[in-house]
Amino acid sequence: MRLLKFVPDNTNLHFLKWRKIAMAISILSIIASVALVATRGLNLGVDFVGGQMMRVTFSQPADLDALRGTVGAVVEGEANIQQFGAPNEVSIRTPLPEGGDDAATQAADRLKAAILKAHPDAVFGSVDTVSGKVSGELFSTGVWAMFFAMIAISIYIWFRFEWQFGMGALFALFHDVALTFGLFALTQMEFNLNIVAALLTIIGYSLNDTIVIYDRIRENLRKYRKMGLIELLDLSINETLARTIMTSLTMIITLVVLLLLGPEVIFGFTAAMLFGIFVGTYSSVYMSAPILVWTKVGSESFVAKAGGPVAGAERVSVNEQLPPR
Amino acid sequence: MLDFPRWKIWLVTLTTVIGCLFAVPSFLPDRVVAQLPGFMQARVNLGLDLSGGSHILLEASTQDVAAQRIQNMEEMIRTELRRSDARIAIGEMSTRNNQLSFMVRNASQVDAAVERIRPLTQGAGLTGQRDFNVEVRDGNTIVVTPTEAGVANAIESAMQVATEVIRKRIDEMGTREPTIIRQGSNRIVVQVPGLQDPAALKDLLGQTAKLEFKLVDTTANPADLARGIAPIGSEILPYPENPLGQPVIAVKRQVMVSGDELIDAQQAYDPQTNAPVVSIRFNGSGANKFARATQQNVNKPFAMILDGSVLSAPNINEPILGGSAQISGNFTVASANQLAISLRSGKLPVKLTVVEERTVGPDLGADSIRKGVLAGVIATVAVLVLMVAVYGRFGVYANLALVFNILMIVGVMAIFNATLTLPGIAGFVLTIGAAVDANVLINERIREEQRRGRSIIQTIETGYKEAQRAIFDANTTNVIAAALMFYFGSGPIKGFAVVLTIGIVTSVFTAVTVTRMFASFWLRSRPATLNI
Repeated sequence: MRLLKFVPDNTNLHFLKWRKIAMAISILSIIASVALVATRGLNLGVDFVGGQMMRVTFSQPADLDALRGTVGAVVEGEANIQQFGAPNEVSIRTPLPEGGDDAATQAADRLKAAILKAHPDAVFGSVDTVSGKVSGELFSTGVWAMFFAMIAISIYIWFRFEWQFGMGALFALFHDVALTFGLFALTQMEFNLNIVAALLTIIGYSLNDTIVIYDRIRENLRKYRKMGLIELLDLSINETLARTIMTSLTMIITLVVLLLLGPEVIFGFTAAMLFGIFVGTYSSVYMSAPILVWTKVGSESFVAKAGGPVAGAERVSVNEQLPPR
Repeated sequence: MLDFPRWKIWLVTLTTVIGCLFAVPSFLPDRVVAQLPGFMQARVNLGLDLSGGSHILLEASTQDVAAQRIQNMEEMIRTELRRSDARIAIGEMSTRNNQLSFMVRNASQVDAAVERIRPLTQGAGLTGQRDFNVEVRDGNTIVVTPTEAGVANAIESAMQVATEVIRKRIDEMGTREPTIIRQGSNRIVVQVPGLQDPAALKDLLGQTAKLEFKLVDTTANPADLARGIAPIGSEILPYPENPLGQPVIAVKRQVMVSGDELIDAQQAYDPQTNAPVVSIRFNGSGANKFARATQQNVNKPFAMILDGSVLSAPNINEPILGGSAQISGNFTVASANQLAISLRSGKLPVKLTVVEERTVGPDLGADSIRKGVLAGVIATVAVLVLMVAVYGRFGVYANLALVFNILMIVGVMAIFNATLTLPGIAGFVLTIGAAVDANVLINERIREEQRRGRSIIQTIETGYKEAQRAIFDANTTNVIAAALMFYFGSGPIKGFAVVLTIGIVTSVFTAVTVTRMFASFWLRSRPATLNI
């Protein structure tokens, strides 16, 4: 049986040739993402800003205008009413009402009663009510989880490799996270707790990619002592290309199936993941590797820095073998 | 490296079989599982987002607890200093800024007053830690300040009692398998599967159920009442159902008898009007107090007060001696029943507020499971086909490992009684995609080594050895991310992190160890060619 090969043997693409252009594009897209988040803002879900989110199914396709009237009569502030999935399924999001901690749950009860009165056939698929106090905590714990994950992972890489690698990984991660935020600011998809889980997974996946390439770079640095750095990085990326493509492909297949056939509730989650796979794969090649050029990884850098500020990190020098494992 | 000793084969096989075996009950219907031996009954729990039900997060106001303690302290100090044997006269007490301060009229008695107050401020424990600090200012002013440790203790014990009371109340409702867990210092999570309309539950939990009987102060004149001025020794309470029109009433501060002395409460009907009422029974001392108070106040009205609001204020027609009484008010059968439950389970030591509520209908949950499982199966099949197409025999090994991996994740989750949530399913599907990565790394390495023209055994051996470093580093970083998600995250993120962590561990085991075992079996047949 002839087996399928996505990358022919002896492929040798000059990835690093485009590093300056790629870096410019990356930096521009990071700036654009930050600007988008700053100007348009994120469509934060009730998890983070408080309020109610209801998913209601009617027996008939819903008349959104009539529903708007029903909701508007009992809700203070702007309610967001959207159809999702089938035409008789509607999501209603209302802002956090003024008042004490339990104002949100009381408002949710009022709203539910009003909808049931106008549409006795309404079935509530889900009702989420979050008070201002809890939503603030959910937001800050989510942000901290992300922040600490990035820092902890970078420190791990610094110890396992070298400080340049840790920095490269951190930049690549920052790139992935920033762009995903940008995507959410651009599309105004709802940003909720699930999306934070998706972001953390993107961080993990992008790291997988970066580490596989870094592992090969470390190995080649030891193997080909005289090779130029750019040539060596190109070689390492080419050698791991088959794996990168195969793994990304399986991930993409999985996520596309989930996106098309999975429950609507996790649509945003899957969309974020899918986007993250693309930017994560790109950043592993075009951010984490070129940074090694600019921070001058190589035998000279290791020798010069011996005993310096990176004492304690594992030395990967040309004269030293990696510890056996 | 590829030669697998017999003990290792047994160990790997045993681990895999056991892991997969524990997955089985999760796929069987309830009826069958009930017949299995006890240790095989562990299953994966479905989160509320999948099974439907209500999740309610309650928060106790810690300020309330602190304020209540100061109030109690005020009462205790007053009683202590008023004791007739050596009465110490004091001025008006003030409770500003969470502090209690008062003047001792006779400056020479300040030390004696401090001596008598001090025992009240000691904590209940043996540590000798103080719950309150007592100091003297300006010669004759005594200031009592709660200590932080004292407040923390009080909140802790209030929360313990509150959790118990909630458990009793929910059990009385007859809901099945509720989960009631403390969260943080002042929160309680209540999860009730299958419950779709949490309104009744919220009412039940939101009711402090502090019941008091006090005499109505008939001397209060309506004009003062309207302006909110109560006669000395009385207080004004809301009375929404007041037949006289005004929604307030003045009652004596002194409590005739309180709900603490109840032994039972049931919903009943008033024999005369047939209206729903709650009939209660007092314990011995409660019955005595009630009897004495009603004997002395025949033909005067008394107020039934629930959570600081008057339910009704009937006349005492005759002394109530038997230790049982009826609480009347504007009840429906349901609300009378709810009050009876609340009273039976005791009063909450602190008011609880609903700060988060998530309800998922069973249809949506079932729909999510169906779609999630369908997507999972299709994605898995697609990945399986791709792996065989790309890596042939080694793809088959990887696929076997993948199937074991899926079963083992379910098995491990069942052993730990972990809960599968919707993001958990996503994490599951993700693990399937990512678990393939380890085998892709190994197989691509084997291909590389093959191009270098080594022997088959050497090729495979080096492939596994070289790939392991990257697999180790990649998975460690993911475990770091998952651990942080679990630690910082809440709800859905936690569920996701659990599945991801279990998935990472089982996938490294199956993708590296199990496939290597298969490869070593194959090598024993001394293959002539390696098609990868």
